Formats: sequence, structure tokens, C-alpha cells
Amino acid sequence: MSSVTDPAPPATTGGRPLAERTSATPKQLQEWLRQMLLIREFEIRTMQAYQDKKIGGFCHIYIGQEAVAVGCTAAVQHADPIITAYRDHGHALARGMDPKYCMAEMFGRIGGCAKGKGGSMHMFDKPNNLFGGHGIVGAQTPLGTGLAFAKKYQDEVIEGGVNKHVTLCFLGDGALNQGGFYEAMNLASLFDIPVIFVVENNGYSMGTSIERGTSMSHRIIAKGEGCGLAGYEIEGMDVITVYEEMKKVADIARAESRPAMVDLRTYRFKGHSMSDPRKYRTRDEEEQWESGDPITRLRDAMIGGGLIDEEGFKDLNKAQKIAVREAITWAENSPEPDASELYTDVYVEKFGPYIGTSMPQIVTDAEGSR
Amino acid sequence: MSERIIEFRDALREAMSQEMRRDPRVFLLGEEVAEYDGAYKVSRGMLEEFGPRRIIDTPISESGFAGLAIGAAMLGLRPIVEFMSWSFSLVAADPILNNAPKMLYMSGGQFGCPIVIRGNDGAGGQLGSTHSWCVEGMFSNVPGLKMAIPAFPDDAKGMLATAIRDDDPVFFLESERLLAMKGHVPEGDYYVPFGKAVVRRPGTDVTLVSFGRPVHFCLDAAEELAKEGISCEVIDGRTIRPLDIDTIVKSVKKTNGCVVVDQSWSFGSPGSEVAAQVHAHCFDDLDNHVMRVHSADVPSPYAANLEQEYLPNARRIAEAVRSALYVA
Repeated sequence: MSSVTDPAPPATTGGRPLAERTSATPKQLQEWLRQMLLIREFEIRTMQAYQDKKIGGFCHIYIGQEAVAVGCTAAVQHADPIITAYRDHGHALARGMDPKYCMAEMFGRIGGCAKGKGGSMHMFDKPNNLFGGHGIVGAQTPLGTGLAFAKKYQDEVIEGGVNKHVTLCFLGDGALNQGGFYEAMNLASLFDIPVIFVVENNGYSMGTSIERGTSMSHRIIAKGEGCGLAGYEIEGMDVITVYEEMKKVADIARAESRPAMVDLRTYRFKGHSMSDPRKYRTRDEEEQWESGDPITRLRDAMIGGGLIDEEGFKDLNKAQKIAVREAITWAENSPEPDASELYTDVYVEKFGPYIGTSMPQIVTDAEGSR
Repeated sequence: MSERIIEFRDALREAMSQEMRRDPRVFLLGEEVAEYDGAYKVSRGMLEEFGPRRIIDTPISESGFAGLAIGAAMLGLRPIVEFMSWSFSLVAADPILNNAPKMLYMSGGQFGCPIVIRGNDGAGGQLGSTHSWCVEGMFSNVPGLKMAIPAFPDDAKGMLATAIRDDDPVFFLESERLLAMKGHVPEGDYYVPFGKAVVRRPGTDVTLVSFGRPVHFCLDAAEELAKEGISCEVIDGRTIRPLDIDTIVKSVKKTNGCVVVDQSWSFGSPGSEVAAQVHAHCFDDLDNHVMRVHSADVPSPYAANLEQEYLPNARRIAEAVRSALYVA
């Protein structure tokens, strides 16, 4: 196992033929490539929109980590809950959120997934079982444990059957140092809760390298093992590896109804947020990781396996550029929330100045298309 | 018809048990709630009836189990979280303040949080400052949560049952000093609506407004003041969010005087909020400004005499009433 700051394996070391490396069908591989290209393009355009001041607040870019969200999401079922932190655009898109709701949310428009009330860090998608988008580091870890608890409770206590679900709870390596995470792991272990804590270990919590901020940084799964969690270290820059390994982890967690902790080694190609000049790391280190770009790796593997050619790749990429452009247009045309929205969704009940709640368009559209 | 007299703690348990029989999504978790029968015996016997899947002992891990319950509520379960003391909720500040009351808003209406968080609140047991928190001052500041503080056994049942059925997060504040209090509690389904204050003692000279245990201090003071010929109307606010300002205003317009009694500290508190609202609604009706009696603006002391002096006790209330009425 390489250390986190070692360069990622070069793109050409796929080695074995595709069919030996993965059980995924050509259609699945194509879909993962499409999702990663969509996320990449979405994030490039998000950065532009942020610089154009169409997006406010804090904004964290997912470029470089696409294989994690796409591979992990593919490894579980749609009904399995997913919850994550604030670098969440990639998870939302990988989970199936139409990019228009995601972009409109960042534009602060009523068509946003949360009617423009949450912003970049708070992407929620009920039809796709995405439970946020959480801005406080580590806050989502007890919540994710609760989601998994609830699924198991529904399966076993209410339905009288056996647990059928597993929950993916993503966190960054910075959250390893928050107390709530340890409480969450302890409870998950005590209560046999099938939650997988997926640490997207990109080596930095903001400007602090993992070596400077986290004890046992060379083997963080020891922290989960201390609570009795099965631990896995997975190379996170290759979507096929992520999928194949995460599928095993998820299948075990689901079948045994036990929690797990995964150290997924990845790298964010951009800064912590849009305002980060990245002075804490070298250009050399960045270039080494960039040489292992997850999109290039899957593209090359698929070309090598005869599943796509240069032309096909260009067409696929172009289609994602069009999709994101359409999402931006849609977001721009979505109105700002009416001032009355200030007082909606505070309470379910209507009283005093509070005027109840209603589902956003992302939910009503999904219900309409059913 | 004979009255059924039970303790405050039994009334709380009856509300939880009845709602758990009605709705399998309701479960109780917290420290010592199951095998120990509850630190204050509120959940006595519930493990036997409902089993360990629904009456869940947690480790001492407030941030973890409160967060777990909030996550479960996002998925449609209806957890009851017992904090042995609201004083311990401070280590769970992020989940209970940042997640539970804001989830509906931040998700644009997609995920609510139908959770009840309940436990002992307030000084009076010589526990010293860290264990004597009155959280209503701090937590009632946060929009998105409801806050209920029962003062009588029948309300303990009716308000807790309402809390469990409520679709919004409810902070339910109980006083350990009231748990052994006995009173008539209706059998069967019994619900007390939120946002409905009640007049506990009618009067004509001044309106006393309070919540939770200090309602009893007000009733004691009113009894004492009656001997001096002063007639107090005592209002039990029952819930701080929603606040039933209408019942308070109606009374003040009649008495032309108001004393607010609140066991939290004075600075930025339910007491200051009620006073501000009464001033706004009853400016021309008041013969004096609204007086306020709070816990003293110091950390809660241990020594028995100091603690009694610290509380908004009947003597301090009576002094405030006399002052409000310009009685020397």
C-alpha cells in the first residue's frame, strides 16, 4: 500500500485486460465514464460561475476525486442511503441528481434542490436517497449512522424481516479528528449498524496535511479497528478498483449488518475551496497525482479494451458539456425565491409567521415522472 | 367520577408507552433508559413491554446518540431521546442545534426531523453549576424547534404525547424536582395542544407569567400575596415555542400589570422575550413596566441556602409584584 503523498500509479498500469479486472458490463463502464465527465465539466463551469459571482458562499470543487463518488455509488443500490460532507456536488450527480437542480441551488434560485436555501454545501435529493450535503466537518457521521439504523429498524422491527440495506457515509480525512466520528463508530459497532464510513482521504484538511493533523496517518483504519470496525484501504483514483473493492465491502456490511471503515486514497486537484492558493503543497506533487487522472485512466482502459474509441469519447464528453450548459441556462432562468420563502420550511406546522412547508421542484418533478 | 392520581414521572411514561403502542416508528433511546429503568425511573418497565430494539440503552455519548436519532428521524422514524439532564446536551450542541431544527429548511422541505428530546432541566437539587442548566434561555433562541415545559402531571402526559405526534423537533424540558409530584392524569389518549397557555389562578391586580417549575413558585407567591389583599392571575405558558402571547396579553389588559418569572438567566431569555412582547402589545395598558424575576445572573451555586436564593423563588416574586404595584 502506497502512502498518501506518493504519486498515484500512472495511467498505463491497468495491466490486465478489462474483462479480468472487473465484473462491470460495458454499459456500466460507459455510464461511469459519462458520470465522471459530467462531474468534471460541472465543476469546471461551477468554478467559472463562482468567479463570475453567480455563486456565493463557500464552494468546494470535486475535481480529481470523481472515481470515489462514482465507484462507491455504483457499488450500492439506489435504495441505500448516502450522506456526505460539504464537497458534495460529485455525490449528488453520481447519485443521479439532474445537474440543473444542483446548479440552481448554487445560484440561489427556487429551482435549486433546496429552493436555494442550502447552497453548495447542502445538496439534498430525496428521490435519489441523498441526505445531504453537511457543512460542519464530521457532523454527517452520527447522522449517517442514524440513517443506517433507521433502515435496519424499518427492515427488522417494523417489517419483521432482515436488514436489506447499507448506508454510505462519506467524510474527508479532516473529519478523522472530530469527536462525533468516534461516537458514531462506537455506536455503529455496539448496535451492529450497517454503515460504511468512506474516508475520502485526499491528504489535506484544508491546508493541513494529514501527517500534521492526524495521528496514525499512515494507517487510519486503525481508528475504526479500535471500535471493532472492519477496515479497508482502497486506491481511489481508479473507478474500477473503487467499484470492485467497495462492492465487496458493501456486500459484507449488508449481509452481516456490520459497520466498516474505508480509507480511500484520492487527491483533490483544486484547492480546499475557491479561495485557496494551495501554498501548502508543491506543484510537483500535484502533477504526479494529475498524471493519474481517474477519467484518463478509465478512458484508456476502455480504449484498450475496445469499448470506446477517441471519437466516441469526444462525443460523450461533448454531450456532458451540452448537459451542463443546459443546466446553467435552466438555473439562470429559474427565479429567485420569493421573499415569502424566508418563512417556509422552518416548521412543518403553520403558526405565527411560519407558513408551513412544501416539496421543492426536484421532488415534485420526480413524482410527476413516475 | 373518581380521579386517578399518579406521579409526574408515571404520566411521562404513560405518554411514551401509549404512543409506542400506537406507532411502531416511535422508540426511546438514552443513557440507562432500559435495563436500569431510567436514571429517574421515568422509563420503568418499558424495556419489558417493548424490548431492547425499541428501548435502547446508549453509552455516555450524547453527541453520537442524538445525532443518530436525528438521522433516523430524517428517514421517518420518530425517536424520543432522553438526556439524563439537559445539562449534558451541551456536548451534543451541533446535532441538536445545527441539524434537528434546520434540516427541513436546509433541505428545502425534503427532510423534516420529527424527534422529541427530553430530560431534566433546571437547578434545585444542589448539583452545582454544570448540572443545573436551564437551557430554555439558550435554546429557545433557535428557530425550527419547539419547546415545551410542563408544570403539572396531566400536562406532562398530554404535552409529551403531543410532542411525539408532532412533525417538528420538540425540546421537552422536565424538572427533576417535579417528577414525584402527584396529580390527576386522564387515562387513555390525552393530548394538550402546543401554543395554548392556561390560567392556573385567576386574579385582578397583576399577571404572573411563567413556564415549568417556577409556575409553582408563582402560585406560592400568589397565595402569600392574597393575604395582603393582592390578587394575582397566574399564567402557565406551557410552551415557549410556540408562545401563546394572546392569552398573556388578554390577562395583562385586564390586570394592567405583569411580572414574568423564568428560571433561566435574564440576559436574552424567554423572560426578556415575553416582557418585550407584552410591552409592544400592552404599552397603553400597563401601569408600570414589566418586572422580571429570573435565576440570579451567576453560575448555579451548590450551597443549599445560596441555591434557594439563586432560584426565582416565591419571596423574590412577591417582592417584584409589590414593586410592580407600587406597594412599599
